[in-house]
Amino acid sequence: MTSTVIRGARLLGAEPTDIAFEDGVITAVGDGATGHDAIDGTGLVALPGLVDLHTHVREPGREDAETVLTGSMAAARGGFTCVHAMANTEPVADTAGVVEQVWRLGREGGYCDVQPVGAVTVGLQGAQLAELGAMADSAAGVRVFSDDGKCVSDAVLMRRALEYVKAFDGVIAQHAQEPRLTEGAQMNEGPLSGELGLVGWPAVAEEAIIARDVLLAEHVGSRLHVCHLSTRGSVEIIRWAKSRGIDVTAEVTPHHLLLSDDLVRSYDPIYKVNPPLRSNDDVEAVREGLADGTIDIVATDHAPHPMEDKECEWSAAAFGMLGLETALSVVQQTMVDTGRLTWAQVADKMSTKPASIGRVENQGRPLAVGEPANIVLVDPSAKRTIDPRDTASLSRNNPYSGLTLPGEVVATFLRGRPTVRDRALVEGSNA
Amino acid sequence: MIKNLLSAGDLDRADAIRILDTAEELLGVASRPIKKLPTLRGRTVVNLFFEDSTRTRISFEAAAKRLSADVINFSAKGSSVSKGESLKDTALTLQAMGADAVIIRHHSSGAPHRLAQAKWTKGAVINAGDGTHEHPTQALLDAFTMRRHLTGSVGGDLQGKNVTIVGDVLHSRVARSNALLLDTLGANVTLVAPPTLLPVGVDHWPVKTSYDLDSSLEKADAVMMLRVQAERMNASYFPSAREYSRRYGLDTTRLNRLPDHAIVMHPGPMNRGMEITADVADHVRSVIVEQVTNGVAVRMAVLYLLLGGAADESTTEDSSTKDRE
Ligand SMILES: [Zn+2]
Repeated sequence: MTSTVIRGARLLGAEPTDIAFEDGVITAVGDGATGHDAIDGTGLVALPGLVDLHTHVREPGREDAETVLTGSMAAARGGFTCVHAMANTEPVADTAGVVEQVWRLGREGGYCDVQPVGAVTVGLQGAQLAELGAMADSAAGVRVFSDDGKCVSDAVLMRRALEYVKAFDGVIAQHAQEPRLTEGAQMNEGPLSGELGLVGWPAVAEEAIIARDVLLAEHVGSRLHVCHLSTRGSVEIIRWAKSRGIDVTAEVTPHHLLLSDDLVRSYDPIYKVNPPLRSNDDVEAVREGLADGTIDIVATDHAPHPMEDKECEWSAAAFGMLGLETALSVVQQTMVDTGRLTWAQVADKMSTKPASIGRVENQGRPLAVGEPANIVLVDPSAKRTIDPRDTASLSRNNPYSGLTLPGEVVATFLRGRPTVRDRALVEGSNA
Repeated sequence: MIKNLLSAGDLDRADAIRILDTAEELLGVASRPIKKLPTLRGRTVVNLFFEDSTRTRISFEAAAKRLSADVINFSAKGSSVSKGESLKDTALTLQAMGADAVIIRHHSSGAPHRLAQAKWTKGAVINAGDGTHEHPTQALLDAFTMRRHLTGSVGGDLQGKNVTIVGDVLHSRVARSNALLLDTLGANVTLVAPPTLLPVGVDHWPVKTSYDLDSSLEKADAVMMLRVQAERMNASYFPSAREYSRRYGLDTTRLNRLPDHAIVMHPGPMNRGMEITADVADHVRSVIVEQVTNGVAVRMAVLYLLLGGAADESTTEDSSTKDRE
């Protein structure tokens, strides 16, 4: 492989400099670095390759909505070099066999590292622990376990899972949703749900589980990760838990940073997601929480669905939104352009921390000599009007359709190899 | 006039009064030996019912036929084609058949909005009840009935009238539509229910609320009892049907606390013995049967105004004779 040099890019948003890499490893950082292949980085920001802790790639089982390959391509276009593939596939990723299959498909695709998430319970049924150790010991080396889509609502089972994964430094990523309080729930419970006649999904159903889980994590001395936190109360509970020294991390999705429940007034299921879009006050609270470090990371909850699952009446529609290709733009709009986060902090919340929570060793590394050349170049001055058809995903359920968002990924390098170059996917990345 | 009738909130005061006044004129048609006007001849009206409601369907059907429209009844009930392609595909089919109006009843809140906004049909969309959201023509016929009894003035509204609506507000599309329309018409609405059956955020509605029925009767000009399904007690909304009836049911004792001129209403179908006793339902002050009659006139008015029946007025006279079949 030839050597490459990126000239004049702003590393983590700092002053422009050069960065060179060869054979997948960064070889020089600073003015005057050299390489055969030169890329003009003028006006671009260089970040470590992004890491998503929450991606639904739908394979195996729903290859009509997304595959490991198409999800990886969408990830690369969004600047990601690693995604965590959630376990709610068909069959469920609750055995070493399934997680190894997903992991291998990711390697064959070559667009990003695909790190499978293992199910906590067999078949996501919430009754019996899956073989967590076997998944941890498999070639996929699973460290994140989640029944995402469903909550591990049984307190004893949650306690045992939290304890059990300590043996291999795993973490339980909880989809916090008290099931009885959310039976048939369709949207955030508030004045609008009452007006629209849609069954409410109350904030307390999320907060009650998070409160219970942080106390459980404290009691058994385990590591807990909270998926897609969405309410002001949840932010406050995490803040309290961290102040007590509880080992908890939390994520927020791009859509909960940008969109609020008044969009549901249209009854367009493109805005149907779980947890639901919340009030403007909740949106403000998650932005505050992300800025002050209460919320550790941004994770996409990229959830592809075929057209027919969204082109219908609200209650029949599937929950979920695409996110990989727009995440960085949404974070730029809501957090960077508003002065709430620096690019260095974005790198921390979208690369370093998620890799650390997932215990992915060769991702989320600093842009420094000797480190893997996982690099994304972003043009923060670009403006894009979002067109759902402009995607590598097989699905089109993009809630930002028609919005103009800032920032565009110019190039993504996975261990030195471009997966995106000149703002376009590099075809046949699987070298 | 608006193009679709999706929510009672779509109607401003002038639109609402225009519908009520038109219904007043059309009510006369029902009492004629020949109950038919040629206004919508050649127009196609589709009754698209994804949920069983014979009474509402018949009411719309009678309204459309009395205006000489061609009526297609499409019952998709039970087609648990859960993914809902059925709604889109059905709408596209109806569009291909040239539906000028689609009257839709659906178990999913917002389905009429989807139909109208996704542009799956070009015809006027009339909400005949969607999930636990709204039922605007029911609110119109209720307002029409109230105006006849409480003011008697064509051209007027319900300014200052006190309307008490009692029961399962949480799940009631009738309550939502009535709250909006009655507010537009200047009435004072009080919703009475156990706290479990009032939606979160009801304090944002243009109404007063109370947990106590007895204190909400003395000044009421109209009392509307909502249907309460006994199954709600299984989800712990209230302990038992008996307790519900005791606290929120309308019996003769409570009826006697109403002012003399007050009327008793119910959108039907009634649970006699649950929210209303049989003797109150059949009492002289009950206007429940009249509501049904008025429903046809109000729906005729809605169809007439939404389909721009006025445009065909020139043909009215000569074709009226041919129409006597
Ligand atoms: Zn989830």
